[in-house]
Amino acid sequence: MSQIISLMQAAVVFGTVIMFGAVGEILSEKSGNLNLGVPGIMYLGGIASLMGAFYYESAVAEPNKLLCLIIALGCGFGAACIGGLIYGFLTITLRANQNVTGLTLTIFGSGFGNFFGGSLNKLAGGVGQISVAATSSVFRAYIPALSNLGYIGKVFFTYGWMVYLALAIAIFCGWFLKRTKRGLNLRAVGENPSTADAAGISVIRYKYLATCLGAGISGLGGVFYTMDYIKGTWGNDLTIESLGWLAVALVIFTTWKPVNAIWGSYLFGILYWMYFYISGLTRSTQELFKMIPYLVTLAVLVFVSMKRKRENLGPAALGLSFFREER
Amino acid sequence: MAAVKSMHEKKEPFVRIAKRSGLQHWKAWGIRIIAMILALAVCAAVIYVIVRMNPVRVYATMFRGAFSTSRRTWVTVRDTMMLLCVGVGLAPAFKMRFWNIGAEGQILVGGLVTAACMIYWGGRMPTALLFAVMIAASVAAGAVWGLVPAVFKAKWKTNETLFTLMLNYVAIQLTSFFVAKWENPYGSNTVGIINQGTKYGWFPAVFGKQYFLNLAIVLAVTVAMYIYLRHTKHGYEIAVVGESENTARYAGISVARVYIRTMLLSGAVCGLSGFIAVSGASHTISTSTAGGRGFTAIIVAWLAKFNTLAMILVALLLVFLEKGSIEIASQYQLNDYASEMITGIILFFILGSEFFINYKLIFRKREAAR
Repeated sequence: MSQIISLMQAAVVFGTVIMFGAVGEILSEKSGNLNLGVPGIMYLGGIASLMGAFYYESAVAEPNKLLCLIIALGCGFGAACIGGLIYGFLTITLRANQNVTGLTLTIFGSGFGNFFGGSLNKLAGGVGQISVAATSSVFRAYIPALSNLGYIGKVFFTYGWMVYLALAIAIFCGWFLKRTKRGLNLRAVGENPSTADAAGISVIRYKYLATCLGAGISGLGGVFYTMDYIKGTWGNDLTIESLGWLAVALVIFTTWKPVNAIWGSYLFGILYWMYFYISGLTRSTQELFKMIPYLVTLAVLVFVSMKRKRENLGPAALGLSFFREER
Repeated sequence: MAAVKSMHEKKEPFVRIAKRSGLQHWKAWGIRIIAMILALAVCAAVIYVIVRMNPVRVYATMFRGAFSTSRRTWVTVRDTMMLLCVGVGLAPAFKMRFWNIGAEGQILVGGLVTAACMIYWGGRMPTALLFAVMIAASVAAGAVWGLVPAVFKAKWKTNETLFTLMLNYVAIQLTSFFVAKWENPYGSNTVGIINQGTKYGWFPAVFGKQYFLNLAIVLAVTVAMYIYLRHTKHGYEIAVVGESENTARYAGISVARVYIRTMLLSGAVCGLSGFIAVSGASHTISTSTAGGRGFTAIIVAWLAKFNTLAMILVALLLVFLEKGSIEIASQYQLNDYASEMITGIILFFILGSEFFINYKLIFRKREAAR
């Protein structure tokens, strides 16, 4: 029993990182922008929150908890939005190829993140690994009364608050896309921008907003990873990159529905960590087990494309840039 | 009537965009060069902000990092050839607008089977045969990795971008599996240098140059691909499919067959570069054998407009930036990732500059505004 619970806990924490990434990417893809820069954006979010917290914590003797939180979250979200803005400016205004721009953003973000993650302390004149204990503790705090409720408390209440924020954002985005006029407009932009344009929807504005805010949400995945998952340090091991790609995969897995990202991300978490809880695996066969999330995504991808049910496919204009004068 | 007209004039935007029809070559390159200079200036500024190094010295140091000694020059050549080989492999796929972002995986499986040959058959068969087997195996492995998404794309229109992306991770986990199996020494979780003492399956030095063979093989492949894409029927079909699938179908080209054939080729060349990476450069295998080249090479292919000869320059530029930034970073004891950041900035500029080649900005005229 305790094994199952610890697997579920690992799955939820792992899933939260990619849930942020996937929900943000869904928003962006719904506007027709296939942003392959998600890993880079998550790096930007992670490193910016770390840098913000680092400078704040080293500037004052007694860091204020609320300020820690606001600074880390704001920096992370803001930097990720800027990443989305760069991508948006290049693909929407300058009509550069989306795939190539996204990959470039990933290269840039990973370079930026890992460079400052590894060098920040040295540049600031310190020694050793960077660490922001005070800020991280704010992100990792949970309510003791609830977490002591036996198994239920352990499964549902032993997480930092961003786990619940991810749930809220996913549900909100699902509602927004499905039930609001703006959500409908956004989907129209992704399906057929020319028609949306003719209907009086400002295609460019929707694309920019969806891409920037989507990137911001994806970036929160990076914030959660650095502040909660690895406890306010920096891991120079390219984990964020693989998580970012997993988030891109999750978007297909959810068939572009944010609410599906909730169970999908936890399922990915379980699949990813399962090897840890199966006895008798050697270190090499464990690696084969870690392949499962990707194989499952492949299976879904193939299955969806074979069925060709309209509502399960991605937006029709995904990956194409919009040029009003071109019909 | 007059009122309507004046309203129109008021509505004319400050700037509008129109497609250019065929810009002269030298102008297009002029725009690219301007973008490049701007990018280098921004990079110098970024480096200055971080380490307070004089921007002119920045590029002198970068040059030293890439070319100061004969050994460094050859390492630069070796890495350029690696990147070039992958880019050449990707060129046909991207020319037909098949988003093969799975080169990373194709390189890895190619490298993986090469390493397997070196480990299991090194010294057990004549060198020439060993090399033939390694080449055949790596080409076949890469081709299979390219074939699978192509078949699904041809049959069910499965999205190839995401398919090839997932296959990267399948290849990475497969590599991790074998690394753990072959690890040497036990517990290190790395394979170590394969056949370090005997050098079985290593590229021999030619004319006393360790990396001469890398250079020769890749340049041969590059030229062959140039001819294939420019001067053969297959190459023509690839171009037509890339321009418009419907046109291709109308012209009687079997799009499915072109997809499958081209991806076999693309995967095969990427697999071959895995062979070069393992047998000709690192002599080991790890999950970082491909080292992001599968992604960087897309940019190489894209920027060179799928002209494999132009790719030589682009690949050289990117590797120069990489080596140069590493040199600066190591001088200040900072880490190597600076190079990715610099590369990213430069690519942003080059990508943006394409807009000014394809479109022109028409500013509102004074008279019209009045």
